[in-house]
Amino acid sequence: MSRYFTDEHEWIDVEGEIATVGITDYAQEQLGDIVFVELPAEGTTFEKGDDAAVVESVKAASDVYAPISGEVVEANGALEDEPALVNSDAEEDGWFFKLRIADTSELEGLMNEAAYKKFVASL
Amino acid sequence: MTAIDDVAALEAELPLEALPLDAWHRAKGARMVGFAGYHMPIQYEGIMAEHSWTREHAGLFDVSHMGQLTFSDETGGASVDAALETLLPSDIKGLKPFRQRYSMLLDAEGGILDDLMVSRPGDGAFEGAAIYMVVNGATKYDDIGWMIEHLPDDVTMNHMADQALLALQGPEAGEAMAALIPEAADLIFMQSGPFTWRGVPLWISRSGYTGEDGFEISVPGDSVALLADALCALPQVKPIGLGARDSLRLEAGLPLYGHDLSPAVSTIGADLGFAIQKRRREEGGFIGHGRVMKELAEGPGSKRVGLKIEGRLPAREGAQIYAGDVLVGEVTSGGFAPSVGAPIAMGWVSLPYSALDSALEIEVRGKRIAAAVAPMPFVPHRYRRKA
Repeated sequence: MSRYFTDEHEWIDVEGEIATVGITDYAQEQLGDIVFVELPAEGTTFEKGDDAAVVESVKAASDVYAPISGEVVEANGALEDEPALVNSDAEEDGWFFKLRIADTSELEGLMNEAAYKKFVASL
Repeated sequence: MTAIDDVAALEAELPLEALPLDAWHRAKGARMVGFAGYHMPIQYEGIMAEHSWTREHAGLFDVSHMGQLTFSDETGGASVDAALETLLPSDIKGLKPFRQRYSMLLDAEGGILDDLMVSRPGDGAFEGAAIYMVVNGATKYDDIGWMIEHLPDDVTMNHMADQALLALQGPEAGEAMAALIPEAADLIFMQSGPFTWRGVPLWISRSGYTGEDGFEISVPGDSVALLADALCALPQVKPIGLGARDSLRLEAGLPLYGHDLSPAVSTIGADLGFAIQKRRREEGGFIGHGRVMKELAEGPGSKRVGLKIEGRLPAREGAQIYAGDVLVGEVTSGGFAPSVGAPIAMGWVSLPYSALDSALEIEVRGKRIAAAVAPMPFVPHRYRRKA
């Protein structure tokens, strides 16, 4: 399994043709207490960059974009009952949705963990 | 994804200035954002934790961005009182020493230019000024301009740009104050007075904007860090950012200028008629009186209301409010209310739909969520009204 990062602060785990998408620990830290997550319905298809989810902190709503194109095969229902999972475990249990990857070439150019860490340090 | 604090979005194009506690906030680990032209702390450990701390203990807020003004004359205050009664709809002449009142500046059409606190220092405080006023930070220069235009020459207005302002808020605020300045802990709600702490002159009022008991402390900017340190050394007190200040005041049902209040809205519709005492309603003589009288007689076109929201999805400022297919209003403040444990909102709704319990819908990202007009405050006020 490989993990990729975007400069919009998403992480993507790729296993075969399925990508699991979440927001990074850095992102949840920036957002603060998360009180609501709006997830895409199964079967929705996204182009890379489409609005895919919304994460609401106490203060503000922020869009989460689809980091790659694909079809939603599962949304993390656990976030409906416990949105704070994104704060406590952003990069594991706090995942948002799984996509069936439409075009693996879109993964090229995304960052690995070391590159993302360096990117965050530069912000 | 984008992490945008909506507070930060208010930031003007102007370069941000540093307030006297800037370095103090950063040393305490605050996340700073631009607000009202200044770098301001939005949070330290997190909005939810800071909100709850304030509701259970005491929170220290830096509100030094607000404008502190004094008004003086050569007539022992008579000219100031008369002049301010043309600008403010409240009873200024009847304001006793060491008392304060909530009031607002109205334009000629009765629209709200700002909301503010006005108080009468006793002899000696603020160099003998007749009136001390605190106005909103984002509007202070506009307010000053408006007042310069409307005040007579024999009234001198002084903007104390070097004066800092702290708010100590929460059920343990009195206890904390007693540990530092025992005499100030005897004040009751909307009372104020001059005090001295380690040789530093302070003006302390028992007031604030969180719905909790508490104090606002005006202190020279060069002494504010020392005072903030002394307060935060107490076990009851932690520094709290603007994020929790906003969720606290929303739960308290208190309107925020620039959001719930603006020149487009009126005092009566805003449910702020309590700020216009009987004599002023009857006699008038203030800018905007016509609108006030008209709305007292006929009712306002729309009203500021509280909104209870079903489910977990917060409705934010700008969300439109519907009754069936009819657009009846707009959310002006909204978010998740930590002490309520649910999203709440404040908004303006046209009069026929503004009655308590009116069933409405709010549109959030194309979806309708159920809402109902709810009584405010959402969390009961805990002001200390009696000694």
